This record gives sequence, structure tokens and C-alpha cells, in this order.
Amino acid sequence: MKHHTTSLPRATFSGRLRGVVVSTLIAFGAFAATAHGAPEDVEKPDLKFGFIKLTDMAPLAVAYEKHYFEDEGLYVTLEAQANWKVLLDRVISGELDGAHMLAGQPLGATIGYGTKADIITAFSMDLNGNGITVSNEVMEKLKKKLPLQADGKPVHPIKAEYLKAVVDDYKKEGKPFKMGMVFPVSTHNYELRYYLASGGLNPGYYAPKKGDTAGTINADVLLSVTPPPQMPATMEAGTIYGYCVGEPWNQQAVFKGIGAPIITDYEIEKNNPEKVFGVTKAWNDKYPNTHKAVIKALIRAAYWLDEQNDKNRKEAAKMISASNYVGADYKVIANSMTGTFEYEKGDVRKVPDFNVFFRYNATYPYYSDAIWYLTQMRRWGQIADYKPDSWYMDIAKKVYRPDIYAAAAKELIAEGKMKASDFPDFATETGFKPVQNDFIDGIPYDGTKPNAYIDSLKIGLKGKDEVK
Amino acid sequence: MLNATANFFTRTGFTWFVPFIRLAQGEDPREQIKSILTQIGVPVVALVVFLMGWHFLASGVQTSLGAIPGPAQVWDEAMGLIDEHHAERQKEVEFYQRQEERNAKILERNPQAELKLRPYTGKPTYFDQIVTSLYTVFTGFALGTLVAVPLGILCGLSRIFQIAINPLIQIFRPVSPLAWLPIVTLVVSAVYVSTDPMFEKSFIVSAITVTLCSLWPTLINTAVGVASIDKDLINVSKVLRLSWWTKVTKIVLPSSLKLIFTGLRLSLGVGWMVLIAAEMLAQNPGLGKFVWDEFQNGSSHSLGRIMVAVFTIGFVGFVLDRIMHTLQLLVSFGETGQ
Repeated sequence: MKHHTTSLPRATFSGRLRGVVVSTLIAFGAFAATAHGAPEDVEKPDLKFGFIKLTDMAPLAVAYEKHYFEDEGLYVTLEAQANWKVLLDRVISGELDGAHMLAGQPLGATIGYGTKADIITAFSMDLNGNGITVSNEVMEKLKKKLPLQADGKPVHPIKAEYLKAVVDDYKKEGKPFKMGMVFPVSTHNYELRYYLASGGLNPGYYAPKKGDTAGTINADVLLSVTPPPQMPATMEAGTIYGYCVGEPWNQQAVFKGIGAPIITDYEIEKNNPEKVFGVTKAWNDKYPNTHKAVIKALIRAAYWLDEQNDKNRKEAAKMISASNYVGADYKVIANSMTGTFEYEKGDVRKVPDFNVFFRYNATYPYYSDAIWYLTQMRRWGQIADYKPDSWYMDIAKKVYRPDIYAAAAKELIAEGKMKASDFPDFATETGFKPVQNDFIDGIPYDGTKPNAYIDSLKIGLKGKDEVK
Repeated sequence: MLNATANFFTRTGFTWFVPFIRLAQGEDPREQIKSILTQIGVPVVALVVFLMGWHFLASGVQTSLGAIPGPAQVWDEAMGLIDEHHAERQKEVEFYQRQEERNAKILERNPQAELKLRPYTGKPTYFDQIVTSLYTVFTGFALGTLVAVPLGILCGLSRIFQIAINPLIQIFRPVSPLAWLPIVTLVVSAVYVSTDPMFEKSFIVSAITVTLCSLWPTLINTAVGVASIDKDLINVSKVLRLSWWTKVTKIVLPSSLKLIFTGLRLSLGVGWMVLIAAEMLAQNPGLGKFVWDEFQNGSSHSLGRIMVAVFTIGFVGFVLDRIMHTLQLLVSFGETGQ
């Protein structure tokens, strides 16, 4: 056995050695193929994954700290990235093997909105986990318009109609109402837009054909991009009046006393898919066994996070509060990770499904989830013109890869690490959830009929509409 | 013997040690004690006043991450970073143990498998970050020196060359690293394409940024040093009909060494200062990234940890300067006393 260590700083391993290892693997290919998912099957054991400092990167941290990656023969380095664009660019350039991504990123990249690249995902990292927060000043104005509970606290969820009344007041004073979200193709952008539109506020259209990527055409509320960790500071500075972001940045606003969350995304769309684990298609084609091994480790990590009624959540919160992961204080992270959410100082309410990592088949990459994001891209003009239903199906099937997920899950079942009952029935699963009726505005969503759904939404582009 | 030690300390710039040695030698005790009091007592008093002022002023400023940490909290954070370092080293040992076991199992299944021991994949500790920063700054500095010294010699020897290059030096010298970085990033991304890179792109980007910002003092000082060589020496070389190469190595370099080192000292100082900004933006591991990550973390420890980094950066910068100063004295031959 050869021993090689490399010294700091970060020199990677010599190609010569990798060549030796790979050729060994090829030589023993016949043997390896029979050994079921053995670590020596892995084409590329040294991997680097990127993530953004958000609680929903937890499956990556758990898979690392609980040695699930190592069990698959993977030596993974996790590296925090500066923002979503840098993260995506580094995955495309190959500096990162894969990353924690916004559900809209692989879709946006594949259809060429923003950076064009073939990115796929075989693993959905979590459900829910976001909130919309407004500054103290807006909250004060909002409270004057809100129905209150007997104890004087506002009734939740706070409907967007009340926010509209506040926005209208700002408009009368001639002040544009500005809010932040994290990325043009982020789940947060679509959730915030969905919420605003449900109250009759137009969040503005994109017109990529005319070169408009600001997304503020005809907007009642001006949305702009701010990286998640800078959200509270940007709101404190008065540049934005509110934002939609993942945890811990909503709870951070409460702890710092600079704002109050008005709604969680669970209340906008129950169990909405949030982050995915994305890799380039080329990477997957080159290292299929490696990808499968990564998915196996991630499935186990997600399972651990939700196991036995979330009993491991405190440990997980402690784990990711380390400075190299999320780095925020434990009590801030634990707040939402353990099923509670603090709307204002002292106003702690139960939101047991605020973070879902495994139950409800959270990790399975549903085509219908992909199509929902595509419908929202069309609704707000990021997809500039009409596409037939079949186009939506094709893109979803190109990007979401339940086949890889199923292969990984079946190996875990065969190894006795998971039970078949933990997963959807792979023989019959179509990848489409039944019609979803749990949106805040009550409009049902059927993933098999994207155009009919787009036309049923009140505000937004419909049919063959184009932004003029 | 004692005199030699005293001489050493004078040379290395630790002049405040000298009175102790003199005192040990029994050389005019009263004079030495007075000297000790001013050279050590005054800075100590100033330091205490600074710490007290910091302690009382810090608690008055409330940031969104809580009050600015005082000296005691910063000290605690520094100790915390040391504990983390040890904990991480422990994890590293366990990592290798697990790997050995796993590899042994693979060998059992397949004795011909060629395996290699993979380096630890955990996070770099604070001390790793310092080492990485030093490595980056010295790479950038070395590159800069390789460019600046030959160019400086050409400038000093040829008036035409100097006139030609002078406007460029004047324009590029004041450019901030923040302006270079985007250009360097794009160029490196375009040019440095390799499937199995030796170095991280971010490392190359920050090292080159350091080079671009830090080579100017060396260039200018070398040019001045070469230009001001004693005319007699040049004439001697003409009389002896020395080749151009011999002239440069035997006459020009030795007689301008002192100024070259003055330039190098300034360059290293600039390089260290620039590095932190470059690491922050290029996301290259190191102290700059440490500061940026802590700022992003926004935990109750973050401010204290950033302050630890500030002191570390200052202290390392000071040590680097002392080293260069000593080198500078060592190469200026008999001129120490001046």
C-alpha cells in the first residue's frame, strides 16, 4: 500500500497517482462490478463540495461528520462559498465537484437563464425552511392594519393583503417599497413573488429578450439580490425594507432586534422543495458510481436528521453552528431546526415542519417540483415566451434524475442500511405529486398541466403573453 | 562573548535587549537601568493605557452582534481558537485511523488494490490559515522580486530604459489590489486551465495580486540603488573590460544590495497588507478568508475572533518587517553603525 500525504497549502494529488488508482480500478473492473457498491467502485474519491452558510446545508455536514461519505469511500472537503453565483460558476468550471444549490439553479442553468450549463440533480436536500422578514418600521405599520389574537399578538399567517396596505402607504409618500431576495432563480424569489401576488402586489416582470434581468418591470415592490448572510445588515442599513431568505437569517433579525418575520414559506406553499444537490451532467456521466455513492451518503444523512421525531436535531444544530459550516450561534440555529419559529421577541410558535429533511419523501427529486419552478419562471417572464406542456416535461426529465436516486436507495436497502418503506415505491412512482391544494391563495397545482396552471394564476404572464 | 551577543541584538533590531547584557557585564549599572526603564517601561505603560482605554470604550459600542469585545473576551476567543486547533488535530488522527481500517478491509477483499493515504479533509484551523497566508504572501513576493530586481537593474543601468518604463511604474504603482483582483481572476480563469491543477485558482489569483501590488518599491529602490553606484566602480569595470554579466554580478548587485533590500522590506510590507484583501475577495484560504467567514457567520464570537485575526495580522507583519530589517543590516556590510 502506498502512502502519500500532501502538505499545505492545498496542492492536489498528482495526476500520475490518480492514473495508477484509476487503471487499477479498470483492471479489477470485473471484480468491482460484482462487489455491490464497494468503496473501490468510486471513480473519484477526492471530492470538494460547495455550500452556502444556511441551515439547509445540514445533510452535507451530517454526511461528513457522521462519516457517511467515508463509508462510501469518499473523501470529501466541504467549502463555504461567497454567494450563489460563485458557487454555480465553480461547479461549472469544475473547481467544485458538486454543491448545495437552489432548486431553481439547475433548471435555470439548463434552460440558459443566467449562466447556461447542463446541471442535474438526483437529490432534493430539504423542504421549506424560508421566511419573509420585514424591518421593525414596516412591522409597526403593519400591526396597525392586522387582526390581533386575544393575547395581542398578530394572527398568523399574515396575509399579503395587509402588506399591500402598507406598501400603498409608502407609494403615497412617493417611496418605492424595496425588498431583498437571494438570487434571480432562487426559491426565495419565487416564494416572495407568490406571496406578494397573492395579496394583489405585482413583484415585477423580467424581460430577458430586451436584456432586462432586474425583474422590476411594472413592479409594486422592487426586488433586488442580496447574499443571505448580508440580508440583516442590508436591512439594518435601510437599503431594503424586508427580505425573503433561509434560516438562520430570519431568526437573526429577531435576535438582533432589527426586524420580524411575517410568514414562513411553509405557510405560502406547504412542503415546498427548497435546495437540491447539483452536479454538472458531464461530471455525472464521467463519475456515475461516485455520484451514486454521494447520493447514498446524503440519503443517510437526511434520514438521520429526521429520525425518530427529529431527536437528532439539537446535535445537528450544534454541529452546523461550527464556524466552518453555518457559523451562527447555536441558539439561533436551534430555534428553527427544532420545530419552533420566533416571529417576534418572545412570540415563539410551533412550526414542526419548518425544516423537513427526509419525511414526506423530501429527498426524492419529483418532476412536479421542477415543473412548478418552471411555471414560476414563465409567470414572471424569465421564460420569455409560451412553451408547450411537453417542453416543461422534457426539461424536468433532463434536470431531475430520480433514476440515480432510485439506484442509490436500492443499494442502501440491499445493504440493510435503509428499509424499502422509507422510500416511495420505485416501481410505481411517476415523479408527479397528486394535485397540490395547499398554496396560500388556494389555487390548485397539477404538475402534469403546467400551462393550465399558469393561466389560473391571477397576476403574471399567461398563455402567449410577452412583456412589452 | 557578551559583547558579541549585544552586537547580535543590535543588528537584529532588538536593541532593547542590549542594556540587559551590558548590565550583566556590570557596565555602568545606573545608566543601564535608566535605559531599561525608558526602552521597556514606557512601551509597557503605553500598552496598559491602551488596553484600559479599549476595555472601557469597547463596552460602550453596541453593534448588531453585541458589544465590541474587550481585551479579556478577545483573549478568550484566542484561547478558543487554540482549543479548536487541538480538537481538529485529534479529529485528524481519528480520520487517519478510520482510513487505515477501511483500506485494510479493501486489501482483504482485493489484495492487489493500490491505495493511497488521503490527506485530512477537515477544516483548516487558525494556525493552518496563518501558514497558508504566509505561503501565499511569500509566493507573491518571490514572483514580484524575480520581476522587479532585473527590471530595476536595467532601469538603473540604462537611462533610456528608465525613461521608457517610468510612466508605467508611476501609473501602476498606486493601483489598489481591489482593482487588480477582478482582472487577475478573469485572466487566471482563462489561462490557467488544467484538469488536475497543481494549485488552486484562488491561490494563484491572490499570489499574483500580491505580486502586482508589491513589486513597485523593489523596482524603484533597485533602480535608484543601481543608478547611484560610485562612478569609480563603473570606471574600474570599464578598465578591466569586464563582461556585462560579470559587471552586474560583481559590481552592480553588491553595491546596490542595501537599497534593494530596503525595497524588498517595503514590498513585503505592502504584500502582507494587500494579501488580506486579496484572500477575502478571491476566497483563498488564509487569514483574509478567516476574517470574511467570521463576518458572514455573524455569531456572538465573530467580532472577538476577527479581533484576534487583526492582532495576528499585525504581529506577523511586525515579525516579517523585523526579519527583513535584519537581513537588510546583514547585507549592508560595515554600515551598521550609521
